[in-house]
Amino acid sequence: MKLAVCAQGEGLKAKVDERFGRCPCFVIVDTENADRVITVNNSDADASGGAGPQAAQLLAGLGVSAVALGNVGPNAATALEAAKIAVYSGITGTVEETLQKYRAGDLHPVSEASVPPHSGMKGMR
Amino acid sequence: MLNLAIASGKGGTGKTTVAVNLALALEQENVQLLDCDVEEPNAHLFVKPVIEQSYAVGIPVPSVDPEKCSFCGRCAEVCAFNALAVFRDQVMVLPELCHGCGSCAYLCPEKAITEFDRPIGVVETGRADGLSFAHGRLNPGEAMSPPLIKAVKKLADPNAVTIIDAPPGTSCPVIASVSGCDFCLLVTEPTPFGLNDLGLAVQMVRKLGLPAGVLINQCDIGDGAVEKFCRENNFPVLQKIPWDFELAGLYARGETAVMHLPVWRRRFQSLYAGITGLVEGAVRQ
Repeated sequence: MKLAVCAQGEGLKAKVDERFGRCPCFVIVDTENADRVITVNNSDADASGGAGPQAAQLLAGLGVSAVALGNVGPNAATALEAAKIAVYSGITGTVEETLQKYRAGDLHPVSEASVPPHSGMKGMR
Repeated sequence: MLNLAIASGKGGTGKTTVAVNLALALEQENVQLLDCDVEEPNAHLFVKPVIEQSYAVGIPVPSVDPEKCSFCGRCAEVCAFNALAVFRDQVMVLPELCHGCGSCAYLCPEKAITEFDRPIGVVETGRADGLSFAHGRLNPGEAMSPPLIKAVKKLADPNAVTIIDAPPGTSCPVIASVSGCDFCLLVTEPTPFGLNDLGLAVQMVRKLGLPAGVLINQCDIGDGAVEKFCRENNFPVLQKIPWDFELAGLYARGETAVMHLPVWRRRFQSLYAGITGLVEGAVRQ
C-alpha cells in the first residue's frame, strides 16, 4: 500500500506540512517495502485555485491509496473520496514518526473536511 | 465614434465622477455611458437612469456525461484553471474556477462534455437625460467578472460617443474594460499611493498600445510627484480638478457638477476636445 505524507521537504526526516493542496511535496512510502521512499513535488502548490483536487488527482495517478495530512478542506476531501484515497488528518511531526504511527495502527481515517475551503492559502496573498 | 475608457490604478480617485460628468457634458447627439465596474457599479446613482431592460449573463461551464467519458484526463490536462480533476471512474468539476474557454468540451476525444450556462450576473440598460446607459451587476461572491464586462461592452454603439467607466486596478477586469478603446483616461490623485498605482496603469496602457492621458483629481492636496512623473514620462495631463467643497457636496448628494455648475460643463467639454485631439494625433502617427 502506498501512503503519501504531506511534507515540507524530501524524505523520511521531513516535517509534515499541515496543508494538503498547497504543501510543497508529498513523501510517498510503500508500506510493504519501506525501503521504497520517493518524494514528489506538488506542482500545483501555487495554483490560484483548485490545488486540492489537483493534488488528489496527482496522488491517484501515482497509485497512492492513503494520505496523511494536517488539515483537509471540503473540495480536497470530496476529491480524495472520488480518488478512493483514505485520509488520516491531524498529523504532526515528521514523515518517519507518521510512518511509525501508521505501523502501530495509531492512524484513523476520516471522511470529512477538517477546515473551511482555501485554508491552505493563508499567507499566500 | 470615439470609445473612451476612464480607468485608474488606485481606487477612489474619481473615475465615476469623471465618467458621469464627461458623459453629461457632451453635446453630441448620441452619448453612451457603460459602467463596467460590475463588482460595484455606482454610475447609476448619479445618472439615475430609467432601467428599460435587464437580462442574465452566464458563462459556459462543462458537464460530463459519465456514460461517454473514458476518464482519459484530457479535459483536466487542458484546463488552465484547475476546474476539472479526473479520477479512475469520476470527474470532479469545480464550476467556480471555470473561465468558460470551452477547451475541455472541444478537445474531449469521447465528446462526453456538454456546456451549460452558469449565471454570473445581469446587464441592465436604460436612458437618462438623453444618455444611453448600461451597466453590469455581478452576483455577490462571484469572482469571474470579465465575461459580464464583455457583455456590457457589446452594447457599445458605433454611432455614439461611448464612455466606459472601468473598475480600479490593472487586473483582468480592467483589461477587459479598456481593451479595444480608442483612448484611456487615467484618473489619479497627487499622493504616493496615487503615483504608485498610476505607474502600474501607465505600464498597462503602454502594453495594450492605448493612447492615454491623465486627469489629476484633488490636485491641490498631496505633492507634485504625479505631475513630475507625467512630465518625465511624456504623459499628457489633460485636466486637474481641485479639492472643492461645492463639488464634494454635489457628489455626496448624488448630483453632478456639470448639471449645476456651467463652468464644469465647459471644462469637461474642453477635456473631451483635448482627448479627441490626442486620438487624432495618435492616428496620424
